[in-house]
Amino acid sequence: MALLEVENLKVRFPSESGMVEVVKGVSFSLGQERLGIVGESGSGKSMTGRALLGLIPKPGVVTADRMQFDGIDLTRLNERAFRRLRGARLSMILQDPKFSLNPVMTIGEQIGEALAFHGRMSAREQKQRVLKMLEAVRITDPERVYRLYPHEVSGGMGQRVMIAMMAVLEPDLMIADEPTSALDVSVRGQVLEILDDLVQRTGMGLIMISHDLNMVARWCDRILVMFNGRVVETCAAGKLGEATHPYTRGLLASLPRLDETRQTLPVLDRQSLGGL
Amino acid sequence: MIRIDKLNVHYGSAHVVRDVSLDIATGESFALVGESGSGKSTVLKALAGQIRDWSGTVDLGDVRLSPGKHPRELIRRVQMVFQDPYGSLHPRRTVDDHLDEPLQIHGLGDRDQRILSMLDAVGLARKFRFRLPHQLSGGQRQRVAIARALMLEPDILLLDEPTSALDVSVQAEILNLLKGLRAERGLTFLLVTHDLPVVSFLCDRLAVLKAGQIQEIAGVEQLRHRNLGSAYGRELVAAAEGVAAEQA
Ligand SMILES: Nc1ncnc2c1ncn2[C@@H]1O[C@H](COP(=O)(O)OP(=O)(O)OP(=O)(O)O)[C@@H](O)[C@H]1O
Ligand SMILES: Nc1ncnc2c1ncn2[C@@H]1O[C@H](COP(=O)(O)OP(=O)(O)OP(=O)(O)O)[C@@H](O)[C@H]1O
Ligand SMILES: [Mg+2]
Ligand SMILES: [Mg+2]
Repeated sequence: MALLEVENLKVRFPSESGMVEVVKGVSFSLGQERLGIVGESGSGKSMTGRALLGLIPKPGVVTADRMQFDGIDLTRLNERAFRRLRGARLSMILQDPKFSLNPVMTIGEQIGEALAFHGRMSAREQKQRVLKMLEAVRITDPERVYRLYPHEVSGGMGQRVMIAMMAVLEPDLMIADEPTSALDVSVRGQVLEILDDLVQRTGMGLIMISHDLNMVARWCDRILVMFNGRVVETCAAGKLGEATHPYTRGLLASLPRLDETRQTLPVLDRQSLGGL
Repeated sequence: MIRIDKLNVHYGSAHVVRDVSLDIATGESFALVGESGSGKSTVLKALAGQIRDWSGTVDLGDVRLSPGKHPRELIRRVQMVFQDPYGSLHPRRTVDDHLDEPLQIHGLGDRDQRILSMLDAVGLARKFRFRLPHQLSGGQRQRVAIARALMLEPDILLLDEPTSALDVSVQAEILNLLKGLRAERGLTFLLVTHDLPVVSFLCDRLAVLKAGQIQEIAGVEQLRHRNLGSAYGRELVAAAEGVAAEQA
């Protein structure tokens, strides 16, 4: 049985001109694998992820024919039940990590709190484990960063702290929304290893939302391509280059290259894609 | 246009920018790349008057900066796009407020027209004009921040990861826009990015930063030919290409 099954997921927001659908009937299933979601800015990737965790802000409305996680029917959960699932079983790295960290708690305290989820340990042991986790995400001076507040770390350090926090929880399903966009390529590789290790070792399912086509092609098993609230294409990650949908082709064409010499980059003809 | 000599920044006992010197010509497009946490955003923030304590000499055009003071005349001429668009947008102001405010402060006319054409330029549909930041996607917020920085037609644009939340087709539109502005108006860019192909497309030169120090300054041709000089620069290129990084 799949870890997660989603059928006909819709997310709507009220507007002056009635309800506007931002996710328009998305269906997919996920096993113990790494699923990449790429797609247009504003196409509903983050909203899809948030809907799975019961994190759609009011006055948004979520409906689905089926939304099942490990035998649990997510469409029937109330906020309290969602809160129990979040963290230990289902967790999400939000797109703006520094704004989802608690601004008045130090980095060390926050990761420590996540560790405490798995049972009590001495203060000293907890600190040692937090420092080890910071090292694992390639923070070079963990003792200093342990004492910093979120606004005192760099963009990429904030992302790594968030990943460290979620990774110590060892959830069954992790949704990572642009988790590495602020990391240099060399640190990025090592941080992805940590997520990969969780997938291999604990059988975690991973949904990775990203704009980095090369990264998802290399790090995921399967890729969904979203455009305008819908999944327009699904392919094996290694076959992204052979994608056929005009939006996906357009994306691949506008990717700059290391030996780039073009004066202008090709852009999509959104008018012609608009009706999809 | 941007002259930095021996810039140093400390946070408490942490010395995060160490003797950074850069000389960037008018109309040049210059990239800062390097390790996460190496001080790239800190350099930009110092130029934008967002950091109080630094030492060294910084000239922007014919204006010399001093720590803790940011000359008013610079506000219009030097604009910055911050790495966290969420944090730099006011949660209770609409997109329209964000774009209109600088025009009002600086007494510019034709405001409605300017706002509409800027929304078009960054590829934001008009329906977003009266939304609040939390009602936008990550990439839409990033485009608001870019639009706001461009409203005052600055001479110098400091860009911190301006396209990291954009899909590559929107990124292409923004990069084309920036390149066009530079050709039309001789804008000077200092751009922080982790995306080396973006540097190849937009920039003339790059500085590679690690642990607060410049490892090398290279021409973009060197990057295109995978021919950077420093060990760390080569490691970055190798990692970008998915090849196992050479050990330094
Ligand atoms: N509170 C809200 N009210 C109305 N519309 C909203 C609200 N929040 C988000 N939206 C809209 O929902 C759409 C989908 O947003 P979502 O954040 O899922 O996009 P995304 O695919 O993650 O994009 P990006 O890659 O730019 O982060 C966007 O067009 C956005 O403007
Ligand atoms: N307000 C602050 N207080 C203490 N330390 C700070 C503060 N702001 C930044 N730092 C430290 O300065 C160093 C450099 O941060 P900076 O944001 O310049 O890095 P960066 O090169 O932009 O990294 P990234 O690519 O991850 O965004 C980091 O070690 C960070 O913890
Ligand atoms: Mg998003
Ligand atoms: Mg930064």
